[in-house]
Amino acid sequence: MVMGDLVREVDVAVIGGGPGGYSAAFRCAELGLETIVVDAGRRLGGACLFEGCIPSKALLHVAAVLSEVERAKEFGVDFGAPRVALEPLRTWKSERVVGKLARGLASVARGKSVEVVGGRAVFEDSRSLRVEGDEPQKIRFRHAVVATGSAPSPLPGLEQPSGRVMDSTAALEIPDIPARLLVIGGGYIGLELGQVYAALGSEVTMVEMLDGLLPGADRDLVQPLARRCERMFKAIRLSTRVSGLRDTGSAIEAHLGDDGAATFDRVLVAVGRRPQSGGLGLEATRARLGDRGFVEVDERGRTADPHIWAVGDVTGEPMLAHRAMRQGKVAAEAMAGRPAAFDNVAVPAVVFTDPEVAWCGLTEHGAAAAGRAVKIARFQWAASGRAATLGRSDGLTKLVVDPETGRVLGVGLVGPGAGELIAEGALAVETAMLAEDLALTIHAHPTLSETLMEAAETLLR
Amino acid sequence: MPRSFVLPDLGEGLTEAEIVKVLVHEGDLVREDAPLLEVETDKATVEIPSPMGGRVAKIHVHVGQTVQVGQVLVSFGDGAAAPDAPTAPLADRLPAPGEGPVPAAPSTRRLARELGVDLRTVHGSGPGGRVTDEDVRAATSAPAAVQPAERAPSPVGRPLVRVGVEPPPLPTFEQWGPIERRPLSHLRRTIAERMTLAATLIPHVTHFDRADITDLDGLIRRNLEAGRARGVTLTLTSFILKATAQALGEHPHFNASLDPAAGELIVKRYVHLGVAVASERGLIVPVIRDVDTKPLLEVQRELGALAARVREGKATLDDLRGGTFTITNIGALGGTGAIPIINYPEVAILGVARGREEPVVRDGAIVPRLLLPLSLTFDHRVADGADGARFASAIVRRLEHPDELLLGF
Repeated sequence: MVMGDLVREVDVAVIGGGPGGYSAAFRCAELGLETIVVDAGRRLGGACLFEGCIPSKALLHVAAVLSEVERAKEFGVDFGAPRVALEPLRTWKSERVVGKLARGLASVARGKSVEVVGGRAVFEDSRSLRVEGDEPQKIRFRHAVVATGSAPSPLPGLEQPSGRVMDSTAALEIPDIPARLLVIGGGYIGLELGQVYAALGSEVTMVEMLDGLLPGADRDLVQPLARRCERMFKAIRLSTRVSGLRDTGSAIEAHLGDDGAATFDRVLVAVGRRPQSGGLGLEATRARLGDRGFVEVDERGRTADPHIWAVGDVTGEPMLAHRAMRQGKVAAEAMAGRPAAFDNVAVPAVVFTDPEVAWCGLTEHGAAAAGRAVKIARFQWAASGRAATLGRSDGLTKLVVDPETGRVLGVGLVGPGAGELIAEGALAVETAMLAEDLALTIHAHPTLSETLMEAAETLLR
Repeated sequence: MPRSFVLPDLGEGLTEAEIVKVLVHEGDLVREDAPLLEVETDKATVEIPSPMGGRVAKIHVHVGQTVQVGQVLVSFGDGAAAPDAPTAPLADRLPAPGEGPVPAAPSTRRLARELGVDLRTVHGSGPGGRVTDEDVRAATSAPAAVQPAERAPSPVGRPLVRVGVEPPPLPTFEQWGPIERRPLSHLRRTIAERMTLAATLIPHVTHFDRADITDLDGLIRRNLEAGRARGVTLTLTSFILKATAQALGEHPHFNASLDPAAGELIVKRYVHLGVAVASERGLIVPVIRDVDTKPLLEVQRELGALAARVREGKATLDDLRGGTFTITNIGALGGTGAIPIINYPEVAILGVARGREEPVVRDGAIVPRLLLPLSLTFDHRVADGADGARFASAIVRRLEHPDELLLGF
């Protein structure tokens, strides 16, 4: 202890101000626990708000507007060639979208008397931590919640040779609109940002190590997205590795697979995210790390140390904000002595590309891998009136159903608005509804939600 | 195999306790009978000893938590297990892909957790085998019906029909004037639940009688000094205890519990009498064991020591459980009699009001006599009015003839 050190006594110390952290903190406060959040940036929102979900969706909205303007020519409306001014775009994204939401979260925190302290938290033992940085102090807690999230993984075997190589965080700042962009990784981050840059005018080349885009999703859901990307991107190279990135001073040379060097103005590395579980002093506690550095927790979010809890990306896959938020609330209730558990069946996954892809619960290939018999109901959007009016008949709605009981085990969607439509699927799976329940519920006409009803009806014939 | 230790039956109809202290840590190696936890019930603070030796794998409770009888407190790992076996990663505990999660709404799953019901053991009555709230609630009341079924089927009896009453909704009192809602204290809630259970379940019937204790009172007064010289203060209560214990020997079906699921009466071959004591902590019923076989002075001595422990809040769990019949003195604050509610799962309770000198006609003359009003409340499923009258008379006779009482007649 040095002079001036401050020792705070709190019920709950939350490390990390992202969705998992602030959800835990807010719920703790609601349940009467004195709660403090330690966040490196002294702000609430985390990667989701500042370098993930929110800014990428703001940019994807811009991309969607640009696509719609292009498409409008089909029905006789021509706005001419769009001009994109980056400075106002960045200001809109940072101030009007991210800034506004950040101020909102800060205000909620004040309203709930949740204090946010800036700095890096390091555990000293199972009951105390020190904060290093702007506001050094020592905090004694009854419970601590590790909600430190994840960060973009670097490309294995390749050091980042130059400022022209960006991770997703850097790419969301839109430093410029590169004429030629190489996107390494055909997962949701690469697809979303690849489409943003393609809509803004970049010539995008996408490289994926595996033999298909969006690994983890059913192939029939990926197909319409893949077709769209083939039109938007200059090239999509599957089953291809990047070997060697070299900054020539004016560009980047990359070797794609066995080809010779190709030249790009910028490279986006989007090969996944890894948990930020190091440097926290967790060794001083009884919490344990598992494979790939994830903090091991039970169904309440408690680690092997009874005073240490963890939520969100740092605890494992799927690394999604909405999973973290639910985990945060569960951990808070468990800390307050309530019998809470993260027993959710459906964690919806949404890829906010054009078209959107969304799924929840059991996937068709997941059922096949597990050797589980399922019935599949498909409804092609070509037969949807609403899809026709949108000029988007390439969508698909799919139900994965238990053949004996008719229970909805999983739902998959591709098409515009799939991210919103999946909510009904998540509700059906989470509440163990029968496909019959979907079929017998009136869905407004004409809407895309009817496709869920129509898919269910095919099972009743 | 990990073994779980659940909150044991605390006796006295207690169904829950609050964790005051956790005396071990996960990973600790504990001996059998070593103190594990300290819990506070409505009646006492007690240490819970470890039922087994071994390594504490997991502590499932924390200080301040209220736990139910039967709820898992501590899991023990194998003796050889690592001090703190790692918590299995979440994915490892998810059901195998083939079986899938139990179909139930999230709100139903939360209800199951709150009621401590394992959803995997519940049969779903909803569409497609979906488990409903009603299924979960039915599972909580199942133990009474299910546990006996797990025992060997009874050769004698068969289950009686269970009854239950749902309280109708309350009217909106605000329409007639302002109201205030106050939460029930922990103690009040416990008493309310126990009394509702007993009053709803048991058809109560009460028999009144009076004992002429003029001679007994004289005997006590004559021997007060002699008793003090032996370190005890003679009180009427110890004589009532002895008289009741002897009468129970003649009428054993009042020293019993009814097992409606089996359709049997469980007659106890021991006489442990509970004595209701009003304390600052609330109504407490310490138990004196084997009253039928102990000399009166010994009963008196134990009664004094037990009352002192209760007043100091130091009663142990053993002091409070195992009773077969309860005696409650309801006359301390006046009144001429009262009908107590039976202390479930016993089948009868003796209420003793305040003794008063009253004019009594004896051999054609009015004489002042000291009369003690008694009320015997019993379970009409177990005994009829005539049985009750005979049992009450057996108590009264002994109180009126202390020589018979002391000779054990």
